[in-house]
Amino acid sequence: MKRVALVLVSVVFVTALAANLIAPAGYEKQFRDSPNARPSRQFPLGTDELGRDRFSRLLYGSRVSLLLAPAAAAFATLLGATLGLVAGYAGGWLEGLILRFTDLFASMPGLFLLFTLRAILPLNVSPGVSVCVTFSLLALLGWTSGARVVRAAVIQVRNSNYVLQARAMGCRPLRVLFIHIAASLRPVAATQFWLYVPVFLLAEANLSMLGLGVTEPLPSWGNLLSELQNYRAFLEAPWLLAPAVLLLIVLGSLQFLFADREVGQ
Amino acid sequence: MTVARFGRVAVTALSSLILPLLAAGFLATLLITLAPGFGVDERELDNRFSAEGVANIRRSMAPQRNVLISYFSYLKGVSHGDLGVSRAFDRPVVQLLKERAAVTGINLAVGLSIGWAAGFLLASSGMLRRLSALRPAWVTCSGAMLCIPSALAAFAVVVMNGPAGLAVAMAIGPRIFRYADNLFRAGGRRAHVLCARAKGLSDYRLLVNHIYPSALPELIALAGVSVNIALGAVIPVEVFCDRPGIGQLAWKAALGRDLPLLVNITLMVTAVTLIANRTSDMLIRALGRRAL
Repeated sequence: MKRVALVLVSVVFVTALAANLIAPAGYEKQFRDSPNARPSRQFPLGTDELGRDRFSRLLYGSRVSLLLAPAAAAFATLLGATLGLVAGYAGGWLEGLILRFTDLFASMPGLFLLFTLRAILPLNVSPGVSVCVTFSLLALLGWTSGARVVRAAVIQVRNSNYVLQARAMGCRPLRVLFIHIAASLRPVAATQFWLYVPVFLLAEANLSMLGLGVTEPLPSWGNLLSELQNYRAFLEAPWLLAPAVLLLIVLGSLQFLFADREVGQ
Repeated sequence: MTVARFGRVAVTALSSLILPLLAAGFLATLLITLAPGFGVDERELDNRFSAEGVANIRRSMAPQRNVLISYFSYLKGVSHGDLGVSRAFDRPVVQLLKERAAVTGINLAVGLSIGWAAGFLLASSGMLRRLSALRPAWVTCSGAMLCIPSALAAFAVVVMNGPAGLAVAMAIGPRIFRYADNLFRAGGRRAHVLCARAKGLSDYRLLVNHIYPSALPELIALAGVSVNIALGAVIPVEVFCDRPGIGQLAWKAALGRDLPLLVNITLMVTAVTLIANRTSDMLIRALGRRAL
Protein backbone atom coordinates (compact mmCIF):
# COMPACT_ATOMS: atom_id res chain seq x y z
CA MET A 1 0.00 0.00 0.00
CA LYS A 2 2.88 2.36 0.78
CA ARG A 3 4.16 2.00 -2.78
CA VAL A 4 0.72 2.80 -4.23
CA ALA A 5 0.50 5.82 -1.93
CA LEU A 6 3.97 6.98 -2.99
CA VAL A 7 3.07 6.62 -6.68
CA LEU A 8 -0.19 8.55 -6.19
CA VAL A 9 1.48 11.44 -4.35
CA SER A 10 4.29 11.53 -6.92
CA VAL A 11 1.85 11.59 -9.85
CA VAL A 12 -0.17 14.44 -8.32
CA PHE A 13 2.99 16.33 -7.40
CA VAL A 14 4.65 15.95 -10.83
CA THR A 15 1.40 16.82 -12.62
CA ALA A 16 1.08 19.95 -10.48
CA LEU A 17 4.68 20.93 -11.19
CA ALA A 18 4.15 20.46 -14.92
CA ALA A 19 0.92 22.48 -14.91
CA ASN A 20 2.28 24.91 -17.55
CA LEU A 21 2.91 22.01 -19.94
CA ILE A 22 -0.22 19.95 -19.27
CA ALA A 23 -2.92 22.59 -18.70
CA PRO A 24 -4.89 23.36 -21.86
CA ALA A 25 -5.20 27.03 -20.83
CA GLY A 26 -3.88 29.54 -18.31
CA TYR A 27 -5.60 29.67 -14.93
CA GLU A 28 -7.09 33.11 -15.63
CA LYS A 29 -7.87 32.67 -19.32
CA GLN A 30 -11.56 33.29 -19.89
CA PHE A 31 -13.62 31.56 -22.56
CA ARG A 32 -16.41 34.12 -22.57
CA ASP A 33 -18.50 32.14 -25.05
CA SER A 34 -18.76 29.18 -22.70
CA PRO A 35 -19.39 30.15 -19.07
CA ASN A 36 -20.65 27.37 -16.77
CA ALA A 37 -19.95 24.79 -19.50
CA ARG A 38 -20.38 21.09 -18.69
CA PRO A 39 -17.39 18.72 -19.00
CA SER A 40 -16.39 18.15 -22.61
CA ARG A 41 -13.33 17.21 -24.61
CA GLN A 42 -12.25 20.87 -24.63
CA PHE A 43 -12.98 21.44 -20.93
CA PRO A 44 -12.54 18.13 -19.03
CA LEU A 45 -14.04 19.60 -15.81
CA GLY A 46 -16.20 22.24 -17.44
CA THR A 47 -15.81 25.99 -16.92
CA ASP A 48 -16.72 28.26 -14.03
CA GLU A 49 -19.14 31.20 -14.19
CA LEU A 50 -16.38 33.43 -15.62
CA GLY A 51 -15.66 30.92 -18.38
CA ARG A 52 -12.32 29.74 -16.96
CA ASP A 53 -11.30 26.12 -17.59
CA ARG A 54 -11.70 24.26 -14.26
CA PHE A 55 -9.21 21.54 -15.21
CA SER A 56 -6.43 24.09 -15.86
CA ARG A 57 -7.29 25.90 -12.64
CA LEU A 58 -7.16 22.61 -10.75
CA LEU A 59 -3.67 21.88 -12.10
CA TYR A 60 -2.37 25.34 -11.22
CA GLY A 61 -4.21 25.24 -7.87
CA SER A 62 -2.55 21.92 -7.04
CA ARG A 63 0.80 23.56 -7.69
CA VAL A 64 0.01 26.43 -5.31
CA SER A 65 -1.20 24.11 -2.54
CA LEU A 66 1.44 21.40 -2.98
CA LEU A 67 4.40 23.74 -3.17
CA LEU A 68 3.44 26.23 -0.51
CA ALA A 69 2.12 23.85 2.17
CA PRO A 70 5.51 22.05 2.37
CA ALA A 71 7.26 25.45 2.28
CA ALA A 72 5.15 26.63 5.22
CA ALA A 73 5.76 23.30 6.97
CA ALA A 74 9.52 23.75 6.49
CA PHE A 75 9.32 27.28 7.92
CA ALA A 76 7.25 26.13 10.92
CA THR A 77 9.63 23.21 11.52
CA LEU A 78 12.66 25.51 11.34
CA LEU A 79 11.08 28.03 13.72
CA GLY A 80 9.92 25.38 16.19
CA ALA A 81 13.20 23.47 16.00
CA THR A 82 15.31 26.60 16.60
CA LEU A 83 13.27 27.66 19.61
CA GLY A 84 13.11 24.09 20.94
CA LEU A 85 16.84 23.69 20.45
CA VAL A 86 17.68 26.87 22.31
CA ALA A 87 15.16 26.14 25.11
CA GLY A 88 16.34 22.56 25.60
CA TYR A 89 20.04 23.41 25.55
CA ALA A 90 20.04 26.67 27.49
CA GLY A 91 17.64 25.61 30.27
CA GLY A 92 16.95 28.01 33.16
CA TRP A 93 15.07 31.26 32.63
CA LEU A 94 15.47 31.20 28.85
CA GLU A 95 13.82 27.79 28.67
CA GLY A 96 11.02 29.01 30.94
CA LEU A 97 10.50 32.11 28.82
CA ILE A 98 10.38 30.17 25.55
CA LEU A 99 8.03 27.57 27.06
CA ARG A 100 5.64 30.23 28.37
CA PHE A 101 5.69 31.92 24.96
CA THR A 102 5.01 28.56 23.31
CA ASP A 103 2.16 27.82 25.73
CA LEU A 104 0.65 31.22 25.03
CA PHE A 105 0.63 30.58 21.27
CA ALA A 106 -0.59 27.01 21.70
CA SER A 107 -3.52 28.06 23.88
CA MET A 108 -4.77 30.61 21.36
CA PRO A 109 -7.28 29.18 18.90
CA GLY A 110 -5.47 28.92 15.56
CA LEU A 111 -8.26 29.71 13.12
CA PHE A 112 -9.58 32.65 15.18
CA LEU A 113 -6.07 34.10 15.47
CA LEU A 114 -5.54 33.60 11.73
CA PHE A 115 -8.73 35.56 11.09
CA THR A 116 -7.48 38.37 13.32
CA LEU A 117 -4.06 38.50 11.65
CA ARG A 118 -5.60 38.26 8.18
CA ALA A 119 -7.97 41.14 9.01
CA ILE A 120 -5.06 43.35 10.04
CA LEU A 121 -3.34 43.06 6.66
CA PRO A 122 -4.02 45.73 4.04
CA LEU A 123 -6.87 45.02 1.62
CA ASN A 124 -5.00 45.92 -1.56
CA VAL A 125 -2.54 43.00 -1.60
CA SER A 126 -1.90 41.15 -4.85
CA PRO A 127 -2.98 37.48 -5.17
CA GLY A 128 0.68 36.39 -5.07
CA VAL A 129 1.23 38.25 -1.80
CA SER A 130 -2.02 36.83 -0.37
CA VAL A 131 -0.75 33.29 -1.03
CA CYS A 132 2.56 33.98 0.68
CA VAL A 133 0.82 35.74 3.58
CA THR A 134 -1.67 32.88 4.07
CA PHE A 135 0.99 30.20 4.24
CA SER A 136 3.38 32.35 6.29
CA LEU A 137 0.62 32.95 8.85
CA LEU A 138 -0.06 29.21 8.98
CA ALA A 139 3.62 28.61 9.68
CA LEU A 140 3.86 31.42 12.23
CA LEU A 141 0.96 29.98 14.20
CA GLY A 142 1.75 26.30 13.78
CA TRP A 143 5.30 25.93 15.14
CA THR A 144 4.41 25.33 18.80
CA SER A 145 4.15 21.53 18.82
CA GLY A 146 7.50 21.30 16.99
CA ALA A 147 9.21 23.48 19.61
CA ARG A 148 7.97 21.27 22.45
CA VAL A 149 8.94 18.02 20.73
CA VAL A 150 12.41 19.26 19.77
CA ARG A 151 13.00 20.63 23.28
CA ALA A 152 12.14 17.23 24.76
CA ALA A 153 14.53 15.55 22.31
CA VAL A 154 17.34 18.03 23.12
CA ILE A 155 16.93 17.41 26.87
CA GLN A 156 17.47 13.70 26.20
CA VAL A 157 20.56 14.34 24.09
CA ARG A 158 22.28 17.23 25.89
CA ASN A 159 23.87 15.01 28.56
CA SER A 160 24.74 12.11 26.26
CA ASN A 161 28.33 10.90 26.05
CA TYR A 162 29.16 12.39 22.65
CA VAL A 163 27.93 15.83 23.66
CA LEU A 164 29.86 15.71 26.94
CA GLN A 165 32.96 14.59 25.02
CA ALA A 166 32.56 17.41 22.49
CA ARG A 167 32.30 19.89 25.37
CA ALA A 168 35.31 18.35 27.13
CA MET A 169 37.32 18.73 23.92
CA GLY A 170 36.61 22.44 24.01
CA CYS A 171 33.83 22.79 21.45
CA ARG A 172 32.08 26.13 21.72
CA PRO A 173 28.40 26.02 22.87
CA LEU A 174 27.06 27.15 19.49
CA ARG A 175 29.06 24.47 17.68
CA VAL A 176 27.83 21.81 20.13
CA LEU A 177 24.28 23.05 19.65
CA PHE A 178 24.09 23.42 15.89
CA ILE A 179 26.62 20.80 14.73
CA HIS A 180 26.40 17.98 17.26
CA ILE A 181 22.94 18.21 18.83
CA ALA A 182 21.02 19.56 15.82
CA ALA A 183 22.40 16.77 13.62
CA SER A 184 20.89 14.11 15.88
CA LEU A 185 17.50 15.82 15.76
CA ARG A 186 17.00 15.42 12.00
CA PRO A 187 14.53 12.49 12.33
CA VAL A 188 12.45 14.44 14.89
CA ALA A 189 12.39 17.51 12.64
CA ALA A 190 11.50 15.40 9.59
CA THR A 191 8.58 13.83 11.48
CA GLN A 192 7.33 17.26 12.51
CA PHE A 193 7.61 18.46 8.91
CA TRP A 194 5.49 15.59 7.59
CA LEU A 195 2.93 16.13 10.36
CA TYR A 196 2.63 19.80 9.41
CA VAL A 197 2.09 19.31 5.65
CA PRO A 198 -1.44 17.79 5.85
CA VAL A 199 -2.41 20.17 8.67
CA PHE A 200 -1.46 23.19 6.56
CA LEU A 201 -3.15 21.79 3.45
CA LEU A 202 -6.38 21.41 5.42
CA ALA A 203 -6.04 24.82 7.07
CA GLU A 204 -5.49 26.50 3.70
CA ALA A 205 -8.52 24.68 2.29
CA ASN A 206 -10.68 25.84 5.21
CA LEU A 207 -9.42 29.43 5.05
CA SER A 208 -9.77 29.74 1.28
CA MET A 209 -13.24 28.14 1.31
CA LEU A 210 -14.22 30.91 3.73
CA GLY A 211 -12.77 33.55 1.37
CA LEU A 212 -9.90 34.48 3.69
CA GLY A 213 -7.04 32.53 2.16
CA VAL A 214 -5.65 32.57 -1.35
CA THR A 215 -7.47 35.27 -3.32
CA GLU A 216 -8.79 35.25 -6.89
CA PRO A 217 -7.75 34.91 -9.64
CA LEU A 218 -4.97 32.66 -8.27
CA PRO A 219 -6.39 29.15 -7.74
CA SER A 220 -5.75 26.80 -4.82
CA TRP A 221 -7.60 23.68 -3.70
CA GLY A 222 -9.36 25.73 -1.04
CA ASN A 223 -10.65 28.55 -3.21
CA LEU A 224 -11.65 26.10 -5.97
CA LEU A 225 -13.78 24.35 -3.35
CA SER A 226 -15.40 27.65 -2.38
CA GLU A 227 -17.67 27.21 -5.43
CA LEU A 228 -19.48 24.69 -3.22
CA GLN A 229 -20.90 27.55 -1.14
CA ASN A 230 -23.76 27.40 -3.62
CA TYR A 231 -24.63 23.79 -2.84
CA ARG A 232 -27.41 23.63 -5.42
CA ALA A 233 -24.72 24.10 -8.09
CA PHE A 234 -22.98 20.99 -6.79
CA LEU A 235 -26.12 18.86 -7.21
CA GLU A 236 -26.09 19.74 -10.91
CA ALA A 237 -22.29 19.65 -11.25
CA PRO A 238 -20.71 17.00 -8.99
CA TRP A 239 -17.35 17.48 -10.76
CA LEU A 240 -16.94 20.57 -8.57
CA LEU A 241 -15.69 18.08 -5.98
CA ALA A 242 -12.55 17.30 -8.05
CA PRO A 243 -10.26 19.41 -5.75
CA ALA A 244 -11.69 17.55 -2.72
CA VAL A 245 -10.89 14.23 -4.40
CA LEU A 246 -7.31 15.35 -5.02
CA LEU A 247 -7.04 16.56 -1.42
CA LEU A 248 -8.32 13.18 -0.24
CA ILE A 249 -5.85 11.31 -2.46
CA VAL A 250 -2.84 13.35 -1.31
CA LEU A 251 -3.70 13.40 2.40
CA GLY A 252 -4.77 9.74 2.38
CA SER A 253 -1.52 8.77 0.67
CA LEU A 254 0.48 10.79 3.19
CA GLN A 255 -1.33 8.94 5.98
CA PHE A 256 -0.31 5.61 4.48
CA LEU A 257 3.26 6.77 3.91
CA PHE A 258 3.69 8.07 7.43
CA ALA A 259 1.29 5.78 9.29
CA ASP A 260 3.97 5.02 11.88
CA ARG A 261 4.26 8.77 12.55
CA GLU A 262 0.50 9.17 13.07
CA VAL A 263 -0.20 11.79 10.39
CA GLY A 264 -3.36 13.74 11.11
CA GLN A 265 -3.43 13.36 14.85
CA MET B 1 -5.59 19.20 52.17
CA THR B 2 -4.48 22.13 54.36
CA VAL B 3 -5.78 25.63 53.74
CA ALA B 4 -2.30 26.81 52.71
CA ARG B 5 -1.93 24.02 50.16
CA PHE B 6 -5.42 24.62 48.81
CA GLY B 7 -4.58 28.31 48.50
CA ARG B 8 -1.35 27.49 46.65
CA VAL B 9 -3.19 25.20 44.20
CA ALA B 10 -5.88 27.85 43.64
CA VAL B 11 -3.30 30.59 43.04
CA THR B 12 -1.36 28.35 40.61
CA ALA B 13 -4.53 27.44 38.72
CA LEU B 14 -5.67 31.06 38.54
CA SER B 15 -2.27 32.36 37.47
CA SER B 16 -1.97 29.71 34.77
CA LEU B 17 -5.36 30.84 33.50
CA ILE B 18 -5.23 34.59 34.02
CA LEU B 19 -1.61 35.30 33.05
CA PRO B 20 -1.91 33.79 29.55
CA LEU B 21 -5.17 35.69 29.10
CA LEU B 22 -3.55 38.98 30.15
CA ALA B 23 -0.64 38.29 27.80
CA ALA B 24 -3.03 37.36 24.98
CA GLY B 25 -5.00 40.56 25.65
CA PHE B 26 -1.81 42.59 25.39
CA LEU B 27 -0.87 40.89 22.12
CA ALA B 28 -4.36 41.59 20.82
CA THR B 29 -4.15 45.28 21.76
CA LEU B 30 -0.75 45.47 20.07
CA LEU B 31 -2.21 43.95 16.90
CA ILE B 32 -5.11 46.40 16.89
CA THR B 33 -2.88 49.44 17.34
CA LEU B 34 -0.57 48.23 14.55
CA ALA B 35 -3.44 47.62 12.13
CA PRO B 36 -3.56 49.99 9.14
CA GLY B 37 -6.03 52.80 9.65
CA PHE B 38 -6.20 52.40 13.44
CA GLY B 39 -6.46 55.65 15.36
CA VAL B 40 -7.41 57.59 12.23
CA ASP B 41 -10.68 59.51 12.40
CA GLU B 42 -12.64 59.92 9.16
CA ARG B 43 -13.34 63.54 10.16
CA GLU B 44 -9.67 64.22 9.34
CA LEU B 45 -10.66 63.98 5.66
CA ASP B 46 -13.55 66.41 6.05
CA ASN B 47 -12.71 69.71 4.27
CA ARG B 48 -14.95 71.68 6.61
CA PHE B 49 -12.48 71.22 9.48
CA SER B 50 -9.68 73.75 9.75
CA ALA B 51 -6.04 72.69 10.19
CA GLU B 52 -6.39 73.48 13.88
CA GLY B 53 -9.55 71.34 14.10
CA VAL B 54 -7.82 68.38 12.42
CA ALA B 55 -4.88 68.80 14.80
CA ASN B 56 -7.32 68.73 17.75
CA ILE B 57 -8.93 65.55 16.42
CA ARG B 58 -5.49 63.95 16.04
CA ARG B 59 -4.55 65.01 19.57
CA SER B 60 -7.75 63.46 20.93
CA MET B 61 -6.96 60.18 19.13
CA ALA B 62 -3.33 60.12 20.31
CA PRO B 63 -3.95 58.15 23.56
CA GLN B 64 -5.60 55.37 21.52
CA ARG B 65 -2.40 54.90 19.52
CA ASN B 66 -0.44 54.23 22.71
CA VAL B 67 -0.47 50.45 23.26
CA LEU B 68 -0.21 50.61 27.05
CA ILE B 69 -2.94 53.23 27.45
CA SER B 70 -5.21 51.28 25.07
CA TYR B 71 -4.50 48.06 26.95
CA PHE B 72 -5.29 49.45 30.37
CA SER B 73 -8.44 51.20 29.17
CA TYR B 74 -9.51 47.88 27.59
CA LEU B 75 -8.86 46.04 30.87
CA LYS B 76 -10.80 48.73 32.76
CA GLY B 77 -13.70 48.23 30.36
CA VAL B 78 -13.57 44.44 30.72
CA SER B 79 -13.69 44.75 34.52
CA HIS B 80 -16.99 46.65 34.07
CA GLY B 81 -18.32 44.13 31.53
CA ASP B 82 -17.74 46.52 28.61
CA LEU B 83 -15.95 44.87 25.67
CA GLY B 84 -16.33 47.84 23.36
CA VAL B 85 -18.47 48.39 20.28
CA SER B 86 -18.38 46.39 17.07
CA ARG B 87 -17.52 48.52 14.03
CA ALA B 88 -19.19 46.21 11.50
CA PHE B 89 -22.43 45.75 13.45
CA ASP B 90 -22.37 49.08 15.32
CA ARG B 91 -23.54 47.32 18.49
CA PRO B 92 -21.92 46.47 21.85
CA VAL B 93 -19.72 43.38 21.57
CA VAL B 94 -21.18 41.89 24.77
CA GLN B 95 -24.66 42.00 23.27
CA LEU B 96 -23.53 40.27 20.07
CA LEU B 97 -21.69 37.56 22.01
CA LYS B 98 -24.67 36.95 24.33
CA GLU B 99 -27.04 36.55 21.38
CA ARG B 100 -24.87 34.01 19.61
CA ALA B 101 -23.25 32.05 22.44
CA ALA B 102 -26.21 29.69 22.82
CA VAL B 103 -26.13 28.59 19.15
CA THR B 104 -22.40 27.86 19.31
CA GLY B 105 -22.82 26.15 22.68
CA ILE B 106 -25.43 23.80 21.22
CA ASN B 107 -23.29 23.09 18.14
CA LEU B 108 -20.30 22.33 20.35
CA ALA B 109 -22.29 20.18 22.77
CA VAL B 110 -23.87 18.15 19.95
CA GLY B 111 -20.56 17.85 18.08
CA LEU B 112 -18.53 16.85 21.12
CA SER B 113 -21.17 14.37 22.34
CA ILE B 114 -21.61 12.62 18.99
CA GLY B 115 -17.90 12.78 18.15
CA TRP B 116 -16.83 11.36 21.50
CA ALA B 117 -19.56 8.71 21.58
CA ALA B 118 -18.76 7.52 18.05
CA GLY B 119 -14.97 7.64 18.43
CA PHE B 120 -14.95 6.01 21.85
CA LEU B 121 -17.45 3.25 21.03
CA LEU B 122 -15.79 2.35 17.72
CA ALA B 123 -12.33 2.28 19.34
CA SER B 124 -13.74 0.07 22.11
CA SER B 125 -15.39 -2.25 19.57
CA GLY B 126 -11.96 -2.86 18.02
CA MET B 127 -10.88 -4.46 21.31
CA LEU B 128 -13.77 -6.94 21.33
CA ARG B 129 -12.91 -10.14 19.45
CA ARG B 130 -16.44 -10.45 18.02
CA LEU B 131 -16.29 -6.99 16.45
CA SER B 132 -12.56 -6.63 15.80
CA ALA B 133 -13.01 -7.68 12.15
CA LEU B 134 -14.68 -4.31 11.57
CA ARG B 135 -11.67 -2.36 12.87
CA PRO B 136 -9.92 -1.95 9.46
CA ALA B 137 -13.13 -0.39 8.13
CA TRP B 138 -13.22 2.13 11.01
CA VAL B 139 -9.52 2.92 10.56
CA THR B 140 -10.06 3.55 6.83
CA CYS B 141 -13.17 5.68 7.44
CA SER B 142 -11.50 7.75 10.15
CA GLY B 143 -8.42 8.20 7.93
CA ALA B 144 -10.60 9.42 5.08
CA MET B 145 -12.50 11.79 7.38
CA LEU B 146 -9.24 13.25 8.66
CA CYS B 147 -8.50 14.26 5.06
CA ILE B 148 -11.68 16.33 4.77
CA PRO B 149 -11.62 20.03 5.70
CA SER B 150 -14.30 21.00 8.25
CA ALA B 151 -15.84 23.32 5.66
CA LEU B 152 -16.38 20.38 3.32
CA ALA B 153 -17.86 18.31 6.17
CA ALA B 154 -20.26 21.20 6.81
CA PHE B 155 -21.16 21.21 3.13
CA ALA B 156 -21.95 17.47 3.32
CA VAL B 157 -24.19 18.13 6.33
CA VAL B 158 -26.02 20.90 4.46
CA VAL B 159 -26.62 18.56 1.51
CA MET B 160 -27.92 15.86 3.90
CA ASN B 161 -29.99 18.48 5.75
CA GLY B 162 -28.46 17.36 9.07
CA PRO B 163 -27.72 19.33 12.26
CA ALA B 164 -24.65 21.61 12.23
CA GLY B 165 -23.30 19.78 15.27
CA LEU B 166 -22.89 16.70 13.09
CA ALA B 167 -20.23 18.49 11.04
CA VAL B 168 -18.36 19.36 14.27
CA ALA B 169 -18.66 15.67 15.23
CA MET B 170 -17.13 14.75 11.86
CA ALA B 171 -14.07 16.79 12.82
CA ILE B 172 -13.87 15.40 16.37
CA GLY B 173 -14.90 11.75 15.95
CA PRO B 174 -12.02 10.48 13.75
CA ARG B 175 -9.41 12.07 16.02
CA ILE B 176 -10.98 10.59 19.16
CA PHE B 177 -11.19 7.21 17.43
CA ARG B 178 -7.55 7.24 16.27
CA TYR B 179 -6.21 8.35 19.65
CA ALA B 180 -8.43 6.05 21.74
CA ASP B 181 -7.73 3.12 19.41
CA ASN B 182 -3.95 3.61 19.84
CA LEU B 183 -4.34 3.91 23.61
CA PHE B 184 -6.54 0.84 23.94
CA ARG B 185 -4.25 -1.25 21.75
CA ALA B 186 -1.21 -0.16 23.76
CA GLY B 187 -3.14 -0.98 26.96
CA GLY B 188 -4.11 -4.37 25.56
CA ARG B 189 -0.43 -5.27 25.11
CA ARG B 190 0.45 -4.63 28.77
CA ALA B 191 1.63 -7.62 30.82
CA HIS B 192 -1.18 -7.55 33.37
CA VAL B 193 -3.83 -7.37 30.63
CA LEU B 194 -2.26 -10.28 28.73
CA CYS B 195 -2.15 -12.22 31.99
CA ALA B 196 -5.82 -11.45 32.73
CA ARG B 197 -6.77 -12.52 29.20
CA ALA B 198 -4.79 -15.75 29.58
CA LYS B 199 -6.73 -16.45 32.79
CA GLY B 200 -9.94 -16.28 30.75
CA LEU B 201 -11.32 -12.83 31.63
CA SER B 202 -13.98 -11.74 29.13
CA ASP B 203 -13.28 -8.94 26.62
CA TYR B 204 -15.82 -6.64 28.29
CA ARG B 205 -14.27 -7.05 31.72
CA LEU B 206 -10.79 -6.60 30.32
CA LEU B 207 -11.87 -3.38 28.68
CA VAL B 208 -13.81 -1.97 31.65
CA ASN B 209 -11.56 -3.12 34.50
CA HIS B 210 -8.09 -2.95 32.96
CA ILE B 211 -7.83 -1.05 29.68
CA TYR B 212 -10.13 1.94 30.38
CA PRO B 213 -8.57 2.79 33.78
CA SER B 214 -5.04 2.77 32.36
CA ALA B 215 -6.08 4.98 29.42
CA LEU B 216 -8.11 7.41 31.56
CA PRO B 217 -5.47 10.17 32.10
CA GLU B 218 -4.71 10.40 28.36
CA LEU B 219 -8.43 10.39 27.52
CA ILE B 220 -9.04 13.24 29.96
CA ALA B 221 -6.18 15.19 28.34
CA LEU B 222 -7.74 14.47 24.96
CA ALA B 223 -11.09 15.79 26.24
CA GLY B 224 -9.41 19.14 26.93
CA VAL B 225 -7.77 19.22 23.51
CA SER B 226 -10.97 18.17 21.74
CA VAL B 227 -12.69 21.37 22.92
CA ASN B 228 -10.01 23.34 21.06
CA ILE B 229 -10.45 21.23 17.91
CA ALA B 230 -14.24 21.65 18.09
CA LEU B 231 -13.90 25.44 18.44
CA GLY B 232 -11.69 25.49 15.34
CA ALA B 233 -14.22 23.44 13.40
CA VAL B 234 -17.17 25.54 14.48
CA ILE B 235 -16.29 28.55 12.24
CA PRO B 236 -16.54 26.86 8.81
CA VAL B 237 -19.46 24.76 10.07
CA GLU B 238 -21.52 27.77 11.16
CA VAL B 239 -20.63 29.68 7.99
CA PHE B 240 -21.56 26.87 5.62
CA CYS B 241 -24.60 25.73 7.59
CA ASP B 242 -25.70 29.38 8.05
CA ARG B 243 -26.05 29.15 11.84
CA PRO B 244 -25.91 32.51 13.68
CA GLY B 245 -23.25 31.49 16.21
CA ILE B 246 -19.94 32.91 17.36
CA GLY B 247 -18.06 31.15 14.55
CA GLN B 248 -20.16 32.90 11.93
CA LEU B 249 -19.77 36.17 13.85
CA ALA B 250 -15.95 35.77 13.76
CA TRP B 251 -16.09 35.17 10.01
CA LYS B 252 -18.25 38.23 9.42
CA ALA B 253 -15.95 40.28 11.66
CA ALA B 254 -12.91 39.09 9.65
CA LEU B 255 -14.56 39.98 6.34
CA GLY B 256 -15.62 43.37 7.75
CA ARG B 257 -12.17 43.91 9.34
CA ASP B 258 -13.91 44.47 12.67
CA LEU B 259 -10.85 44.06 14.88
CA PRO B 260 -12.38 44.94 18.29
CA LEU B 261 -14.99 42.21 17.79
CA LEU B 262 -12.48 39.69 16.41
CA VAL B 263 -10.05 40.23 19.24
CA ASN B 264 -12.76 39.84 21.87
CA ILE B 265 -13.98 36.62 20.25
CA THR B 266 -10.40 35.31 20.08
CA LEU B 267 -9.85 36.12 23.76
CA MET B 268 -13.14 34.50 24.74
CA VAL B 269 -12.30 31.34 22.82
CA THR B 270 -8.79 31.37 24.34
CA ALA B 271 -10.37 31.54 27.80
CA VAL B 272 -12.66 28.59 27.03
CA THR B 273 -9.68 26.60 25.69
CA LEU B 274 -7.57 27.41 28.74
CA ILE B 275 -10.38 26.49 31.15
CA ALA B 276 -10.92 23.16 29.33
CA ASN B 277 -7.20 22.36 29.40
CA ARG B 278 -6.69 23.41 33.03
CA THR B 279 -9.75 21.40 34.11
CA SER B 280 -8.40 18.31 32.39
CA ASP B 281 -4.95 18.92 33.98
CA MET B 282 -6.52 19.18 37.43
CA LEU B 283 -8.57 16.02 36.88
CA ILE B 284 -5.45 14.12 35.78
CA ARG B 285 -3.57 15.33 38.87
CA ALA B 286 -6.48 14.34 41.12
CA LEU B 287 -6.54 10.88 39.50
CA GLY B 288 -2.78 10.53 39.99
CA ARG B 289 -3.06 11.40 43.69
CA ARG B 290 -5.90 8.90 44.16
CA ALA B 291 -3.81 6.19 42.47
CA LEU B 292 -0.92 6.94 44.85
